[in-house]
Amino acid sequence: MTYFGHVFVHLRKDLQLEWRSRDSINGMLFFALLVVVVFAFAFDPTAATSRQIAGGIVWVALLFAAVTALNQSWTRELRNRVLDAQRMLPSPPSALFLGKALANLLFVALVEAVLTPLFIVFYNLHALGQGWMLAIVMPLGTWALVCNGTFFAALGLRTRNRELLLPLILFPISIPALLGMMQATTAILSGEFEPGPWIRLLIAYNIAFTTACLLLFETVLSAE
Amino acid sequence: MQIVDPQPVIDRNAAAAASLTEVSKLYGSFAALRKVSVAFSVGSSTVILGDNGAGKSTLLRMLAGLISPSRGSVHVFGAEPTEQRRRIAYMSHEAMLYDELSATENLRYFASLQSDGGCGCSCTASPEMALRAVGLDPTLTRPVGQYSQGMRQRASLARVLQTDPELLLLDEPFSNLDVESAHHMVDLLLDFRTWPVQSPLPAQPNSATNPSVTPSIRARTIILTTHQAHLAEPLAESTMTMRAGSIVSIVSAPPPNQATP
Repeated sequence: MTYFGHVFVHLRKDLQLEWRSRDSINGMLFFALLVVVVFAFAFDPTAATSRQIAGGIVWVALLFAAVTALNQSWTRELRNRVLDAQRMLPSPPSALFLGKALANLLFVALVEAVLTPLFIVFYNLHALGQGWMLAIVMPLGTWALVCNGTFFAALGLRTRNRELLLPLILFPISIPALLGMMQATTAILSGEFEPGPWIRLLIAYNIAFTTACLLLFETVLSAE
Repeated sequence: MQIVDPQPVIDRNAAAAASLTEVSKLYGSFAALRKVSVAFSVGSSTVILGDNGAGKSTLLRMLAGLISPSRGSVHVFGAEPTEQRRRIAYMSHEAMLYDELSATENLRYFASLQSDGGCGCSCTASPEMALRAVGLDPTLTRPVGQYSQGMRQRASLARVLQTDPELLLLDEPFSNLDVESAHHMVDLLLDFRTWPVQSPLPAQPNSATNPSVTPSIRARTIILTTHQAHLAEPLAESTMTMRAGSIVSIVSAPPPNQATP
């Protein structure tokens, strides 16, 4: 089986596990919806204000929501010591990471799909810039969150306070990506400045961190 | 049973499936293993006994490549355990299966990750065959999370047997089984040692030194830890006893032709 065959097997397994338990998606969806609704009632923004703050709110909501799912995705591997069985496999460890990160990407993407229409309604949004560019920014931003999140969740797997540890490590390291995704989204929604440089920042961030995560994952997995 | 040597020994005459040399494992100031030296010859079947905390599981996890020694060296088929993953299978007293998937789904998942690029058939037993062998119904769609402890243990055994390993490491395999199921498992393990080999793996270098190992029939090695020595007796070609991280005795059963009538 090829490397991507192994990735697909891991991805299919994670989708199957989530389909049966729905632990991650339900938690994420509930949390993200709560943030969006609470902010809408708290600020009661006008359309112009919405365009300025929406980028920040949507990404912060997704970041917080994703953290709940990222921890959950590795907890499944700890249950019954399945992770030991994974470590014994001749399959490349990075395939496990990539499969899990892709599964998390799909889960967060699903939450985004549910969240987007609600966001438009609650914040009375319509993009003044090139709206189609959101189709580039959203996957890039989501991947930046889930790739690092999946990696750092695995890093904290054997610690007692892993739920606390993940945000402590993930949030500071995600600052460049958050800046890129928030600014790019605000640029597209408000049309006041070019999103291009921020999208390039996101691409560079994703290339650098995806490569590092793939290369370092075996070390993280085999750590005692 | 015959006491060969009350002290830890290394049998240098037989080809070693696994060996530990002066191995210590420290967790902070606690020594889980203390200068352990032992070799398990190819095709042997060893039962490790000892109280809780004696170091049995640590030794097994080390042979599986799941933990590394603080001092000393561990070799499996002459290499690092992590380099021999295709030839080793490890079963813990926990199921090592996903609760949300059925036994067949679990086994298919692990089988597909075990297969190599060469011929795609490193797993010689199908998940269905392996499950039938341990007495489970492969058509059962119930998730493993709803299985009884005994069923989980048998599904876990099927997971390791389907990979047709040369070195089988079993950590407390009878811990959740009733006596009848445990006897069935022992019979299965005895049978497993004589299963015909269909694996495409090349002949091992030790086949030259050990005439019982030929390119077509690989001898399987079993190392098992348990508290229930009486259950594992049929498997105990040699019995190793550990205490406080050290081997205190290795007792070998006489060969069948020397057994007392």
